[in-house]
Amino acid sequence: MNARLWTFAGRAYLAVILVFLYAPILVMAVMSFNASEFYQLPFRFSTQWYQALAGNGEILAASWRSVWIAALVSVIATALGSAASIALYRYAFYGKTILRLLLFPPIAIPWLITGTAMLIFFFGIGLDRGTPSVIIGHVALALPYVIIVVSARLTSFDHTLEEAARSLGASPWQVTRAVIIPWIAPGIIAGALFAFAVSFDQFVVSYFLSEPGDATLPVLIYTAIRKGFTPEINAISTIIIVFSMGIMLLVARFFAFGGKR
Amino acid sequence: MGATGKLARQDRLRAITLLSPAYLWLTVAVFLPLSAMVCFSFLSDVPFGGREWHLTLANYGAFFQTTTYAKLFWKSLELGFIVTLLCVVIGFPCALVLAKTIRGRAREALFLLVILPFWSNSLVRIFSWAILLRGNGVLDLAVNAVLPFDVRVNLMFSKTAIVIGLVHSYLPYVILTAYLALQAIDDSLIEAARSLGAKKHTILWRIILPLSVPGLTAGAVLVFVPVVGSFMEPRILGGRVGTYYGTVIEDQFVAVFNWPLGAALSFILLAVVLLILALASPVLKRVQT
Repeated sequence: MNARLWTFAGRAYLAVILVFLYAPILVMAVMSFNASEFYQLPFRFSTQWYQALAGNGEILAASWRSVWIAALVSVIATALGSAASIALYRYAFYGKTILRLLLFPPIAIPWLITGTAMLIFFFGIGLDRGTPSVIIGHVALALPYVIIVVSARLTSFDHTLEEAARSLGASPWQVTRAVIIPWIAPGIIAGALFAFAVSFDQFVVSYFLSEPGDATLPVLIYTAIRKGFTPEINAISTIIIVFSMGIMLLVARFFAFGGKR
Repeated sequence: MGATGKLARQDRLRAITLLSPAYLWLTVAVFLPLSAMVCFSFLSDVPFGGREWHLTLANYGAFFQTTTYAKLFWKSLELGFIVTLLCVVIGFPCALVLAKTIRGRAREALFLLVILPFWSNSLVRIFSWAILLRGNGVLDLAVNAVLPFDVRVNLMFSKTAIVIGLVHSYLPYVILTAYLALQAIDDSLIEAARSLGAKKHTILWRIILPLSVPGLTAGAVLVFVPVVGSFMEPRILGGRVGTYYGTVIEDQFVAVFNWPLGAALSFILLAVVLLILALASPVLKRVQT
């Protein structure tokens, strides 16, 4: 086969993959603007389901809860994670490899296991289910991502900058504050947005840790789906997916996902 | 000597101050709970609320005495294999096209477009398939609009639906890892092979594929592990046929309230997961960037 045809086949294949990845999301978004309650066609445009959302106190409360939990988780995870990344980068000490390896269990172990284990432990120490437990769990899930993202940025740090600052008489703390932190700022921003997204989209761990009364948005949606589909779920789901994709686009602005820039 | 010793001590103190908050948090929220779960799996009943409890192996006995749990575990492993295989087979060519035939800003944009869904809400994406696949749903209507004869397309509440949803969820992961591996292959290597007269498929089989094995393995592990432990996807897309190992564990915690049994089932899953991660770790280490 000639090269032109191969290139065309490759592009066509890529297009098919993109359709596969985006079609269901687009269909869901379109259907959220359909007037029919049973997703019937022909399509009639209506914003009634979004209006219904505005009057649904339960969904509004859960949305607000999800957002502020994610913001708080992002602040805590970014502060702790950035500090840890700087230490892992700056200091040579015994056991560093193990510390790096310890970051992987929260990412690699299925959330079902982590979530149920957290439920058992938090219940056992008397913390019980509820928002505090959810926040503690989310921070733990977001921390490794922050450390990985900030560390990746740190590896591109130019040592001569630090040496220059040192030779000009800067103390280690001054070096950290005036040289290293400005350099890794994009990494810290990306890490913070990442942590926000991890918490905002987190379902499994929230599901085991939240109380029925104060569920986060994904937990509320899961409960609603199991009762039956309604266009209102479509509407809130569409808002969530647009919101979380928007955050990840922002992350991509600050942090190339391993791709070369 | 005294001065450097002091400096080293100061450094150590700083390192500990910076590291301990993060690692203490991980200990309290992940490592202690996992240990607690292991202990819990040996109890006869929950040790709260004045319940009677004693140490027992009965929870593990339950897994081995009847074939119910083993069968479900196998069912979940099988699901993991199918989804992983499909993700690799579908994802690798996609990564290859992205990494080796498209250049510049277009590649960056397309790459972002492919992995963007992965970082968005997984629950919502599974739900979107439910709307597409259900009987009288959008796919059904679309197929019937094109075909002259009447067919009923109702994939909802079937294994096919679960597989489609899971492949959709994890495909970007494989594309991501394969893409990173492919991008690391030096183009001059391919050029050299070509100038020596190697055919396209020879280059693919002898150079590109072997060099992308670490990336593909990483991707496969990262898909397989969560799929074996999945419960939300089978619940939503599988309905009554969606009973898997993960959903049984979920039930122990939210419906049946047999936490010690749930802990034992979770731990068996964890052991298998750790075994897989350990087996794959030599390959995984090579892809760490």
